[in-house]
Amino acid sequence: MTKAKAAIVGPGNIGTDLLAKLRRSELVEVSAMVGVDPESDGLARARELGIEASAEGVDWLLSQAELPDLVFESTSARAHAANAVRYADAGIRAVDLTPAAVGPFACPPVNLGQHLEAPNVNMITCGGQATIPMVHAVSRVTPVSYAEIVASIASRSAGPGTRANIDEFTETTANGIETVGGADKGKAIIVLNPVDPPMIMRDTVFCAIDPDADTGAITDSIHRMIEEVRRYVPGYRLKADPQFDEPRADWGGKARVAVFLEVRGNGDYLPEWAGNLDIMTAAAARTGELLAEHIISKEGVA
Amino acid sequence: MTDLRITDTTLRDGSHAMAHQFTEQQVRDVVGVLDRAGVQVIEVTHGDGLGGSSFNYGFSGTDELTLIRAAVEEAERARIAVLLLPGVGTITDLKRAHDIGARVARIATHCTEADVSIQHFGAARDLGMETVGFLMLSHRIGPEELAKQARIMADAGCQGVYVVDSAGALLPDDARARVEALVAELGEDAQVGLHGHQNLSLGVANSLAAYQAGARQIDGTLCALGAGAGNSPTEVLVAAFDRMGVDTGLDLTETLGAAAEVALPFITRLPWADRSSIVQGHSGVYSSFLLHAERAAARYGVPSHEILRKVGEHGYVGGQEDMIIDIAIQLAAQSSDVKAGSA
Repeated sequence: MTKAKAAIVGPGNIGTDLLAKLRRSELVEVSAMVGVDPESDGLARARELGIEASAEGVDWLLSQAELPDLVFESTSARAHAANAVRYADAGIRAVDLTPAAVGPFACPPVNLGQHLEAPNVNMITCGGQATIPMVHAVSRVTPVSYAEIVASIASRSAGPGTRANIDEFTETTANGIETVGGADKGKAIIVLNPVDPPMIMRDTVFCAIDPDADTGAITDSIHRMIEEVRRYVPGYRLKADPQFDEPRADWGGKARVAVFLEVRGNGDYLPEWAGNLDIMTAAAARTGELLAEHIISKEGVA
Repeated sequence: MTDLRITDTTLRDGSHAMAHQFTEQQVRDVVGVLDRAGVQVIEVTHGDGLGGSSFNYGFSGTDELTLIRAAVEEAERARIAVLLLPGVGTITDLKRAHDIGARVARIATHCTEADVSIQHFGAARDLGMETVGFLMLSHRIGPEELAKQARIMADAGCQGVYVVDSAGALLPDDARARVEALVAELGEDAQVGLHGHQNLSLGVANSLAAYQAGARQIDGTLCALGAGAGNSPTEVLVAAFDRMGVDTGLDLTETLGAAAEVALPFITRLPWADRSSIVQGHSGVYSSFLLHAERAAARYGVPSHEILRKVGEHGYVGGQEDMIIDIAIQLAAQSSDVKAGSA
């Protein structure tokens, strides 16, 4: 079967983990790893795997005789903002793992079907990828007037970019909870925990629901969505059954469902406890596969 | 110039003990009397800082901006401070608070994570606010490591860094060593402060030790109203420092009146060192977890002090209130297994 060709731009930890995941793909073949630093460990790692690697940046990528169908960008928001238009002009579809948000937010099991033609899709945030499927699982069954997520991650998994822009995480994730998750209003909280050995990523999702909401249907929808996410993040699981709390006056008369999640990474290149990083690369890989499937079927290559 | 600045945080840390249900009138009354007593800085925010109103931490009965605005209107001399925890509140929240008159920004991180506050200190200084940094759960790391984190805050524009004993776990020697390390590191770059809790009944003793070690900012609350077994009581701090010959600038008679006649009548739950909060001090658990543990205990039928002990074992940090429910569910499951097994 023909595979879509892809390049990864940004050979850091994220790019390297993404490469490990895509090497297992039956739909995407990584043809190049692109960076800007000749001394980059990530470029050397890619070369060891037989992948063409260049430190000449996007200029090199776009000067190749055969261009990729897809590019995965794991550089920085600033770099992607500059590169996005160049990919689009060259007809290359972009999967953006940076916070640039040039294209629409994409969460594979929730809304990717709506964006299969988009030239550029954005992977939101790690907390968004972990929690938006659950918000959607509730909101597709019953109206969610407010959803709130708490993401706890190991300190060691929070890189300098996250640390310097923590507001960006809370604001972008809250936005994704609303626009993709389907809550009327969203809120996101992130906590960094330095405990050693490092804690596995935990996420809690609270949704305000009507007092007479169908709890059985909500629970069933959550379990189905867990299975959807587990297709690309096998370590994604419920720590307990969804918890339903009675309506309270200080909740504006709403009842509440709480979902307690653990996100254990696949341990491809990144450690298992860094589930927050793993779910980004796994969601990007899944997105790439769905886009590849669409490209291949449209072109009738297969 | 006074020898020491006492910041009163009845209307912020006390918000935990009031389940975030302060009314506008209570805020006006407290600010009015503290202002007359000579308090220079009064903190008013949801217990978990700006944007803290949530399922995870409890929704505010009255919007915090309404309360901050009332405090600003009431204060003739005192400046109003707000707390912000990066990851919970944002610079947008801080700007809103500044717009309505907040003039001191207190930015709090876990003691090892100071670098998440850099953008917030920068924004606060750009707004012209005085800046204070909070290194929470300071007992979890040693003095030298804590001093390095304080340096990160000072370099980001923080003008005063607090050793924050969020768990009420520090002994006087621990508090002294941490303050000394911060004073040595920061020198003239930033002042050093101490925020104490009473879980081991050492808030005031630690504050006196901190002053002797060079701290020049100390936090207190009226009637100790605050998380866990409460904070160092402002009225006791004023009396104790007076006996020590340290000028806080606060009038003792007015402060005693503020506690007895203004705060005490509206307090629904007077903090004291009960079983759960002593466990918090002993196990080093974030004081604000207390009421959340009690609620989870009632909901799942497991003892709150057991929940808190487990929280300590897991090393959870401020902000992870959701994990209290998670632990309560696990404990409830274990206890039903035991019952099923014995039946």
